[in-house]
Amino acid sequence: MPATRSVRLAIIGSGPAGYTAAIYAARALLKPVLISGKDPGGQLTITTDVENYPGFAEAVQGPWLMEQMRAQAAHVGTEFIDDIVVKADLKAQPARLTLDSGEVILAECVIIATGAQAKWLGLPSEQTFQGFGVSACATCDGFFYRNKAVAVVGGGNSAVEEALYLATLAASVTVIHRRDSFRAEPILQERLFAHPKIKVLWNHAVEEILGDATIAPGAFGPAGVHGVKVRDTLSGAAQDLAVDGVFVAIGHAPASEVFRGQLRMSKTGYIKVKAGTVQTSLPGVFACGDVTDETYRQAVTAAGMGCMAALDAARFLTHKDHAAAQAPEKAGASAA
Amino acid sequence: MSTLKVTDETFERDVLKAGQPVLVDFWAEWCGPCKQIAPVLDQIAEELSGRVTIAKLNIEDSPSTPGRYGVRGIPTMMLFKDGQMSSMKVGAMPKAKILEWLTETGVSA
Repeated sequence: MPATRSVRLAIIGSGPAGYTAAIYAARALLKPVLISGKDPGGQLTITTDVENYPGFAEAVQGPWLMEQMRAQAAHVGTEFIDDIVVKADLKAQPARLTLDSGEVILAECVIIATGAQAKWLGLPSEQTFQGFGVSACATCDGFFYRNKAVAVVGGGNSAVEEALYLATLAASVTVIHRRDSFRAEPILQERLFAHPKIKVLWNHAVEEILGDATIAPGAFGPAGVHGVKVRDTLSGAAQDLAVDGVFVAIGHAPASEVFRGQLRMSKTGYIKVKAGTVQTSLPGVFACGDVTDETYRQAVTAAGMGCMAALDAARFLTHKDHAAAQAPEKAGASAA
Repeated sequence: MSTLKVTDETFERDVLKAGQPVLVDFWAEWCGPCKQIAPVLDQIAEELSGRVTIAKLNIEDSPSTPGRYGVRGIPTMMLFKDGQMSSMKVGAMPKAKILEWLTETGVSA
């Protein structure tokens, strides 16, 4: 029989926003329960060097930074549930969160910090070769491409970072980008352009991943990717590039699907908050980090918003307690 | 039972010639998603003890087995029955999804 339990504050998500919210909420004695989600630790767990999180003069590793945040949140009294929310009824009071295990969490207040997930190109061939030449995690899978030719698709920070990381292992890296300039930070672009192993194919879109997914007689696994078909977005001319691996880094989409129809969202799924706050369209529901932030999307901004969400949650719960304490008096007064 | 560490040297004996199905988790130290599924696999190893062996192969220490099976992304989980790779999953998955897969493949009821 799946359990049901009541909590004051549920935090959904375990990136910098969720962990910071947990640290502040635990210190406010709200006994927060944090539901880790599909990828505990979030996007930083698949990065390497983090050079822009203040407080560390030398670069730190993304996974290490997230372990530290989790340990800090645990240390001050956060309870973790390593599960995902599969259904949410935020309009109910208390809010009702159903987990994958079947457990139901009833929460007086909810902080949504579910972040964003990597987008895929959406090609059938991309799905066929996932794990056999197509990857969205250079730090995980770069190992398999030592002295091989790889392509990185995209033009933002993650594409440029992945290309720079892969260049330390691969024989050559080709960055394929639909436009004629990158969105990535100038310092990263500078490093990329200066790197002898990296070249950029501007104004090209990926049409198909080429390879062999069948297991040949005598072989134990599929041969995998051997190329990528790209098309010039200006001239329309197609060409095949010979590569052994394709890393997709075309940006992120907010992980807000489970809350759809209950909260105001942008067309692209970002949860809308009142400008300058973390308040969603429902009282007692706060959103912080990449799930609501289409603009900045940094670990440090997510952490800052997580702090705001915890402080607002504490205020919300105090008001609620106060109102509840007043209610019997009012009832008594009207009866008299 | 806890998870079983396998290497290039022990793969044949512990996986291919095993008396029961073996789920092999290909992983590495630097892989964040691999660390996420590690505790889940520990739990499954306990819960399905006697029906399936959960084995872990470190691709950095044992590169030839993943090469042989075409593994190019981690985590990858491959299920071996009677010396043959019968099914595989690429990427981290929640516990319920791994159990679902093991049910579909007939390993757990």
